[in-house]
Amino acid sequence: MSASAPGATFIVLMLPFLAALITPWLTRRLGHNAAWLLALAPAAIFIHFLGFSAEVADGGIVTGGFQWVPSYNVSFSWLIDGLSLTFALLISGIGALIILYSGGYLKGHKQLGRFFSFMLLFMGAMLGVVISDSFLMLFVYWELTSITSFLLIGFDHTREASRRAAIQALVVTGGGGLALLAGLLVIWNITGVSQVSLLLNYGDEVRASPFYLLALFLVLGGAFSKSAQFPLHFWLPNAMEAPTPVSAYLHSATMVKAGVYLLMRLNPVLGETVWWETILPVFGGATLIVGTLLAIRQTDLKLMLAYTTVSSLGLLVMLTGFGSEYAISAAVLYLVAHSLFKGGLFMVAGLIDHEAGTRDVTRLGGLRKAMPVTFIAALAGAISMAGLPPFLGFLAKEEIYYALWATDPWSLAFVAVAVVGNGLMFVIGFAVALKPFLGPEVKTPKHAHEGPVLLWLGPLTLGVAALVAALISPLTHRFISSPMASAISGEAETVTISVIPHMGPALILSLVTIAFGIVAYRMLDRLRAGMASLLQTIGWGPDRGFDQFVSGIVRLSGAVTRIVQPGRLDFYMTATFVMIAIALFAPMAWYGEWPSMPVWPADVQFHELAVFAIAFLGLGAVIYARDRLTAIVSLGVQGFAVALLFMLFGAPDLSFTQFMVETLAVVILALVMTRLKLSASDHRATRDKLIDMSVSLVCGTGFALYLLAVTQQPFNPYISDFFAAYSKIVAHGTNVVNVILVDFRGTDTLGEIAVVMVTGLAVLSLIRVSVGYAGIKIGDNDPDRREETR
Amino acid sequence: MRTVIFRAIAPYLTSLMVLFSIFVLLRGHNEPGGGFIGGLIAASALAIYGIACGVEPVRRAIYFHPMGISAFGLFVGTLAGVLSVFAGVPFMTGLWVYPTLFGVEIALSSVLVFDIGVYLVVVGAIGSIALALEERDRD
Repeated sequence: MSASAPGATFIVLMLPFLAALITPWLTRRLGHNAAWLLALAPAAIFIHFLGFSAEVADGGIVTGGFQWVPSYNVSFSWLIDGLSLTFALLISGIGALIILYSGGYLKGHKQLGRFFSFMLLFMGAMLGVVISDSFLMLFVYWELTSITSFLLIGFDHTREASRRAAIQALVVTGGGGLALLAGLLVIWNITGVSQVSLLLNYGDEVRASPFYLLALFLVLGGAFSKSAQFPLHFWLPNAMEAPTPVSAYLHSATMVKAGVYLLMRLNPVLGETVWWETILPVFGGATLIVGTLLAIRQTDLKLMLAYTTVSSLGLLVMLTGFGSEYAISAAVLYLVAHSLFKGGLFMVAGLIDHEAGTRDVTRLGGLRKAMPVTFIAALAGAISMAGLPPFLGFLAKEEIYYALWATDPWSLAFVAVAVVGNGLMFVIGFAVALKPFLGPEVKTPKHAHEGPVLLWLGPLTLGVAALVAALISPLTHRFISSPMASAISGEAETVTISVIPHMGPALILSLVTIAFGIVAYRMLDRLRAGMASLLQTIGWGPDRGFDQFVSGIVRLSGAVTRIVQPGRLDFYMTATFVMIAIALFAPMAWYGEWPSMPVWPADVQFHELAVFAIAFLGLGAVIYARDRLTAIVSLGVQGFAVALLFMLFGAPDLSFTQFMVETLAVVILALVMTRLKLSASDHRATRDKLIDMSVSLVCGTGFALYLLAVTQQPFNPYISDFFAAYSKIVAHGTNVVNVILVDFRGTDTLGEIAVVMVTGLAVLSLIRVSVGYAGIKIGDNDPDRREETR
Repeated sequence: MRTVIFRAIAPYLTSLMVLFSIFVLLRGHNEPGGGFIGGLIAASALAIYGIACGVEPVRRAIYFHPMGISAFGLFVGTLAGVLSVFAGVPFMTGLWVYPTLFGVEIALSSVLVFDIGVYLVVVGAIGSIALALEERDRD
């Protein structure tokens, strides 16, 4: 372990956020060409992390960081090993290309600056997730990716579909993030360490703990929601509402891989148990199959790719769950390959959309002459996705079959799942890469021609990268695959697979996959129709379920609100005071601590009695007043008498405030009276009057008894002595009350004045918005009614 | 309420009350007083002016929207708390300086700034409620 260049790494982690700050200004100056400058930020990050590769390849781990909240043992610290380094390189490398691509794709868009900003913020958040060593930092960044992806998915916020997709993604992934936080806290409690790098030594302890299952389920909740595992996969295809650069970034190397990253990161800690090795493969396998089947059904290029992303994530989770040496290396290779080809293919889909005006595969054809560079990039992506040599995808697929192949029924089932999944992905890959380009030319909404360099640079670079990485596989393995596989499995591992095929079951399975893929490709239209009618018969999916869930919650809260807030002020007041009475009497009755009757003090002065008499007179006047205004003023008389008492017994501050509060209360109550246009006198029925009277009597008696009981306790002078002693010495003030308010307990006061301000705002809006004003009626947030009026 | 006597006296009464409220605010650390009570006095001063001469003149006189004053007060209060962070001490720790102005030593502190924040919040919030209630013409 070494802690080299902590400052530089910190700056690099902050760089995307800093860049996001200046982006709107830069974009206003340079327009879409700002992309060239902005791409320098991720490029610099890429180069910085590249500097660690030699050390990490030799099995080194780089950690560093700062204390963040020392009192809770929370640090801002990072961990760079094979796993996080690969992720960081993918995030920053693909990020740079995506920034360039965005510049071309959204050229001339009014809010391009905002878009770049969101993109960079997301990049920073994602980088933080994979670099974090500390649990809480991981969680903060994790939720930050949810929030920034919410902004990105809802970027086109004038469309309802975008807003819905954004909220859906936020609810699913943000909710999963909370589960993750709970899971991490459980692990923290079991082991007592809050850093990933230290946690890796505590695997046995965690697995032996009775809380292991709890921690596992909570962590899986976070990972599965983020990585769109069935049945939580629905948010991912909906997120395609975002502009294509977002999809290309979020759904290839970043956002959705965060869940896989987490599983890989915690594999040495939570893995190698029956639960882990059952849940992950089963859910992953199901996601793989469901994703590819749903992908077949689509005609929109982006949606086809989105569903195959779901299935690829399923495959990764399945492989991580197997946990064998080959499975881990297969997962590593597939993760890198997938990031490269899926990012490229998404960009190709966007390019076609941008140039031809549609993404509907049935309305595209013959573009190869018009867009030759795009065609090459698409082919490179598709070949890698289909797992054909000599691209990185081929290495990944071979390794997958090495890993899965065994003759027991459990493994055979997963081999079958993998063959079907890979075969169908083969189909989709070529459907995206071939259908729009081959065949007769179809008239498209826009006259298609090759896009600008900003647009094709990204997909082409990624395609070339996938090819080169496979051709120089020994180097790739030394610097990327082997360190990453070692980090996931927790012990040193070497990946050796190369582009030259070896005879064996893996090759046969590959051939089967390819054959299956070719057959399925030829039958694609029929398969699509079949899937469409099948889905029609099922009719219900988790996406619909989400809507039902949300509207169910709204209905429930509506029903609860109708019960607790019937809209009658007198009911609220009665309920409040009945509760006060219960709160006053219940403890005294429960513990039998009734106060004893107080002794009448001997030395009552005449003026004190007079003040008491004034208070009583005021109260009497309140009760017997004919009209409300008199009653309010009389209440003020009683309040003034109490203020006088405070003054007499040596509490000038309290008395002072009491005077002002009483004055203002009378003024404001009188103003409210005139505004509400109530009748001048009281028209309650005798029965209501009796009820109100008894409630007030009970409350009053309760308060009196409570105060008596309190004052009959022996007085503990500790706190008042402390304040009296230190008020002058420590806080330089002789008015103890004020010193307590603004210094000793200043933070309390800060909260209180915030409450005062918010109350002022609330009262102001209540005064302005009377019932019926501006068409707002009570019950307007009732979902049933709103739907009717739609 | 708009009697001639009341209308004639109200501006003077209001000015005196506002002046007094500031006095109460500033002496609060050592004598009875402080931001909260000062704010209440100033708010009632505004209320009286509004009752006597109408709400429009009050709004003109205080220039800012009272809720804006309140929000600014909260901002000032928070700022006073955050100041201590720059001095490397925990949030809301009181900081004191004693500059000499014309030969008189004046005690200034972040605590006083905080109290001024409290004052502004109370004036703004209570004042805006009172003024809004006095505006009858709107409905």
